[in-house]
Amino acid sequence: MAHHSHEPEVVVLPPDKAKIAHLWKVALILGIITAVEFVVAFTLAHGVMKTFIFVVMTIVKAGYIVGEFMHLRYETKVLFWSILIPIIFIVWMLVAFLYEGFQLSNINFLHF
Amino acid sequence: MSHSTTTTVPGRSVWDGGVSPMGVSYGKLMMWFFLLSDAFTFSGLLITYGLIRSSHPAFTGAHEAFVFSTEYWPVPEKVFEAVPFLHGVSLPLVFVGFMTFVLIMSSVTMVLAVEAGHRMDRKAVEKWMLWTILGGITFLSCQAWEWTHFIVGTGTPTIKNVFNTSTGVWDQVKIFGANLHMNQYGPQDFADFFFFITGFHGFHVFSGVLLNFLIYYNTVTGVYNRRGSYEMVEKVGLYWHFVDLVWVFVFTFFYLV
Repeated sequence: MAHHSHEPEVVVLPPDKAKIAHLWKVALILGIITAVEFVVAFTLAHGVMKTFIFVVMTIVKAGYIVGEFMHLRYETKVLFWSILIPIIFIVWMLVAFLYEGFQLSNINFLHF
Repeated sequence: MSHSTTTTVPGRSVWDGGVSPMGVSYGKLMMWFFLLSDAFTFSGLLITYGLIRSSHPAFTGAHEAFVFSTEYWPVPEKVFEAVPFLHGVSLPLVFVGFMTFVLIMSSVTMVLAVEAGHRMDRKAVEKWMLWTILGGITFLSCQAWEWTHFIVGTGTPTIKNVFNTSTGVWDQVKIFGANLHMNQYGPQDFADFFFFITGFHGFHVFSGVLLNFLIYYNTVTGVYNRRGSYEMVEKVGLYWHFVDLVWVFVFTFFYLV
């Protein structure tokens, strides 16, 4: 049966080896940072220092995911900053709420 | 995929339309702004967790001497130390570490699907989308197990003093597991935040798996070949990476700190 195909002719390009290698490298970095987080979780005592290390590593991971996987690093400057600048509000919210939380810790709510 | 910023036809104004000021299509730009708003929602949840946690007393004793009590906030690694098929073995954060690994890997396979889409390589998009869907389903299954374990409890009850308003005396109540009314691991808020934060994230993963399946289906049926563009893979890819990104923060602020 000579059935007419409606599939258009599509030119398939060969895999971009350099790009794929780069993506796997990013994945490896994310894996290593997570592994180091585990080591830190079981070697350092709980405290400000430990939390600080975790926060820094998390931001580095977030940077790789957003910058490389989500491609934001390669977008136009105006898009890049349109996404990044509003994050300031989250930072401000974080500081304000944690400050408030430590003030509240002077009151014990458990027995109310 | 045009990276031009504000190219215009000579003699026409940028105000005449037909330009993409941020160098991306309308759909991709809207996905970015949706994700930004979603980031605010998740920040609201995680920051409120920080507020409530810092307003509760922390456990101050020796790490080995930790026991569950409703009097202080629990140490997360003491709560999340169970692994399927290894009942009674203390393996802190191992299972949640595995879940993190699964989600990061599914993010990698997603970005490989996007790369294949740029090359119009239908077979490769199908392959990587299937791996991504598999990663998402694996993560959801792990979460189902984790929730079940959290709800059922460890088998050793936590004793809580509850004031009985009808008899006027303090009763000792045994608490097994956790739900929105009781919590053996610590203050009630701890269980509530666990359900809301991991639940809201899990719902995002679930939606992501559905969207990924839709993309896979459209790829298989040749929709994107006929359209001449695999940009939908990119848009859903953005969403999927965002789900991974949120998990990175949940992992740190709920399980590690």
